[in-house]
Amino acid sequence: MTGDFALWVFLSRTPLLWLTVTLTAYVVADRISAATGRHPLANPVLHAIWMVGLVLLVTRTPYAVYFEGAQFVHFLLGPATVALAIPLYEHRKTVTRALGPMLAALVVGSTVALATGIGTAKLLGVPDAILIALAPKSVTASVAMGITSALGGDPTLTAVLVILTGILGAIMVTPLLDRLGIKDYRARGFAVGLAAHGIGTARAFQVSEVAGTFAGIAMGLNAFLTAVLVPLALALLR
Amino acid sequence: MILSLTLLLLCQLAGEIVARAFVLPVPGPVVGMALLLGLLVFRDRRPGGLPAPLTDGTLERTGKGLLAHLSLLFVPAGAGVIGRLDVLAAHGLALAAALVVSTALALVATVYTFIAVARWVGR
Repeated sequence: MTGDFALWVFLSRTPLLWLTVTLTAYVVADRISAATGRHPLANPVLHAIWMVGLVLLVTRTPYAVYFEGAQFVHFLLGPATVALAIPLYEHRKTVTRALGPMLAALVVGSTVALATGIGTAKLLGVPDAILIALAPKSVTASVAMGITSALGGDPTLTAVLVILTGILGAIMVTPLLDRLGIKDYRARGFAVGLAAHGIGTARAFQVSEVAGTFAGIAMGLNAFLTAVLVPLALALLR
Repeated sequence: MILSLTLLLLCQLAGEIVARAFVLPVPGPVVGMALLLGLLVFRDRRPGGLPAPLTDGTLERTGKGLLAHLSLLFVPAGAGVIGRLDVLAAHGLALAAALVVSTALALVATVYTFIAVARWVGR
């Protein structure tokens, strides 16, 4: 065994290397995002994940080995979700005043996200087994995978579709709603949190704290409503 | 900062316990968020007697520090997707079309409903 190889065997087995790769990719992607004035196409999640993916591909590292290190970052999603209470509390007056608009937008948005997702796919000939995995795509990954598993779908496919939806929503929201001339950041944040869960919420926090707060609320409420609506929608399709 | 992180973790832990014990359809951290919200209300109703980091803005800074880099936290899961794009193989184009159409319509429907109702109730 050569010295170089022994060093690689050591490094590739410690959390240090993969944690550092994750943070470095994010720092680079975030710098690019900041340098472009937070341009939607410079989405830091999108660019950091292909950079990490490329490193894993070139070094032929299995994802499970990578995750041993990256799990420390992944773990922080829990405390970050809890921390959403802080901007929510600070903006509580704005939030309580918007209860009516939020509930109406939740019901309409959640139904549209679900119906148009499976409707478009069905029109394009996607089989029913895959529609189950597609249905909860707008919901945060852990809940979406739970919904799919409970209905006998493939949770891995759901995870892929959820992440892709999040990135798409985060990229689309600013140009789309700018074009429509929407200036209400409560509405904009709520829409992106509903349609594109946490990745959309991360985008909303880049734009404004009010948007981020409303995105966080929409993400939580939609997880709940989608869990109720998906079985109904799939029953209607059959 | 450590005290603030501990509080966030305690809320998450309590949230997980409650969510599992009562088999709630919402994830533990979301219950934890509700708990922290309750604690913040309680803190400002009865100030005094609490450790300084919970009242001097340290908790707020710690939480917002995490939220400012929310994007980072999706990188490990996202990197897993790159390796599993093969699951899209047979229906990749149809699924991509469904995601684009549905995400755009969901954004537009949500935003217009929000604005219409806000105008209707005059807020």
